[in-house]
Amino acid sequence: MSTSTIQPGTLHRPLTAGDVAAAAPLPDILPPVRARRGLIGFLRRNPTIAIGGGLMLLIIAVAILAPLLWTVDPTALAPARRTREPSAMYWFGTDMLGRDVYSRVLYGARVSLIVGFAVAFFSSVIGLTIGLVSGFVRWADAIVMRVMDGIMSIPSILLAIALMALTRGSVGNVILAITIAEVPRVSRLVRGVVLSLREQPYVDAAVASGTTTPRIILRHILPNTLAPLTVQATYICASAMIAESILSFIGAGTPPIIPSWGNIMAEGRALWQVKPYIVFFPAVFLSLTVLAVNLLGDGLRDWLDPRMAKKV
Amino acid sequence: MFAYALRRIVATIPVMAVVALFVFSLLYISPGDPAAVIAGDQATPADVERIRASLGLDRPYLVRFGDWVWQIVHGDLGTSIFTNLPVSTMIAQRIEPTLSLMVITLILAVCIAVPMGVVAAWKQGTWIDRAVMAFAVLGFSVPVFVVGYLLAYVFALELDWLPVQGYTPFARGIGPWFQNLILPAVALGGVYIALIARITRATMLEVLQQDYIRTARAKGVGQRGILFLHALKNAAVPIVTVIGIGVALLIGGAVVTESVFAIPGLGRLTVDAILRRDYPVIQGVILLFSFTYVLVNLVIDLLYTLFDPRIRY
Repeated sequence: MSTSTIQPGTLHRPLTAGDVAAAAPLPDILPPVRARRGLIGFLRRNPTIAIGGGLMLLIIAVAILAPLLWTVDPTALAPARRTREPSAMYWFGTDMLGRDVYSRVLYGARVSLIVGFAVAFFSSVIGLTIGLVSGFVRWADAIVMRVMDGIMSIPSILLAIALMALTRGSVGNVILAITIAEVPRVSRLVRGVVLSLREQPYVDAAVASGTTTPRIILRHILPNTLAPLTVQATYICASAMIAESILSFIGAGTPPIIPSWGNIMAEGRALWQVKPYIVFFPAVFLSLTVLAVNLLGDGLRDWLDPRMAKKV
Repeated sequence: MFAYALRRIVATIPVMAVVALFVFSLLYISPGDPAAVIAGDQATPADVERIRASLGLDRPYLVRFGDWVWQIVHGDLGTSIFTNLPVSTMIAQRIEPTLSLMVITLILAVCIAVPMGVVAAWKQGTWIDRAVMAFAVLGFSVPVFVVGYLLAYVFALELDWLPVQGYTPFARGIGPWFQNLILPAVALGGVYIALIARITRATMLEVLQQDYIRTARAKGVGQRGILFLHALKNAAVPIVTVIGIGVALLIGGAVVTESVFAIPGLGRLTVDAILRRDYPVIQGVILLFSFTYVLVNLVIDLLYTLFDPRIRY
């Protein structure tokens, strides 16, 4: 007796082994998904990471290889060839002191990248530490979070400006000032993750089985904070690059002698109505770099946390 | 409700205290000795010591902090090192342009961003949605001074529709006032619009899946009614919250925008004060901006019950 002869409602006896054995195997209408493995497959499935990461790698390459990319000394003054329009000789023109804007813009990438990466790294590490401590130590939590609230209620650019006003302009101080402004956001994020993880059954289980607190943090908490922290770090990198350029632009950032995109724009400011290209080229590079980092961040967020991706 | 309001107001006190402590420490550890400056080059160390004692600079940190807070509460923000004018006077002279710029930007941004987010959520997955999201990424990525120069170049220099730079006081007519502020407001609003549009879209997507939206649709409410009456009202709380948080972006951006468009406001005052290392002015401006920011967010928290009657404290 084959299954095809059984009509609905006609089966009056319990199924026997014969009925089951007679069932034909289902046709293979859904062939296994043949996803490409390896890097190419990953990039195909995450085009935002591919575009953002690709652009990012390109800019990093430009920053590292700047001396080889037909640049001249970015700080060499040449009063004889001031404010030349872009040409075959001076690709991006020259500024009011005769310096080659193309060379300055390429070398400027170094400052932005260093500041962006350094701020992202230091604020992640410091924020992670503060967040873990205040997520686990109840009495510290109240104090630490009030301090963080206070710092966060000072708009971050103003905070960085105030800190820069205290010190002499240097790349290190710029990194320090922006890091201080960014740390509260990271520690809030980490603390939130820690507080929600503490309620998880597996953490209770670990506590019940006598695992020490440092081990719980290391084994159960820390790995779970890494995904949101990575995403946050990319966004911090982007906003640190903007902050650096703003600080330099208003004269409270990287010392004017170092070519940074903010500095080049600050120097071009006086002439921007007649020689807009001095402002234009660093502006395009800055925007593209920040765009690359932001795309990378969006891509990482979608990849690491698909639930978040649907929401925002 | 009253108990909640009271609790919320009391909760801002530690925050403001941290801000005050931070801003005071800024002056406390700032380089340069005011006593030595006042005493001049011919003074002996004893003279400097005497002046320091008469200024009260030799007293302990916390005592000086207490005095300083007492002065602030009485509206005394100190005296500028550079102009010798009271900081509160200098702020009062510069507040109109900044306030005008921020209010116009705020209105402009909300009027553009909220409909953008609503439409993106309604047309989820279509090219309209993608365009809004792409705009949001761009808004986050292109710094405010880049947008500022671009707008000024196109609309003021090339097309000659609007003034390039400067500011006209409100008292000299609303037309010129507005003409001078429209480009800075659009430049300043970029990030803010991106932020609000993104949150609006996300919240609307969530709200549009609720049962009461289906009910409204079933009883025959039109698309516009559903979007703007039923859904937007229920999405109001997160949107209003982010509008409040985003005020920090406006404050930070105003400093730069005023430099690009040569607007003589508080942002320019800050930049000039930094270049001259005029710490009392820097202190005063940061204090003012931070307290404004805290207050705006306090008011928004208190207004929640108006937007959403379901919230009861």
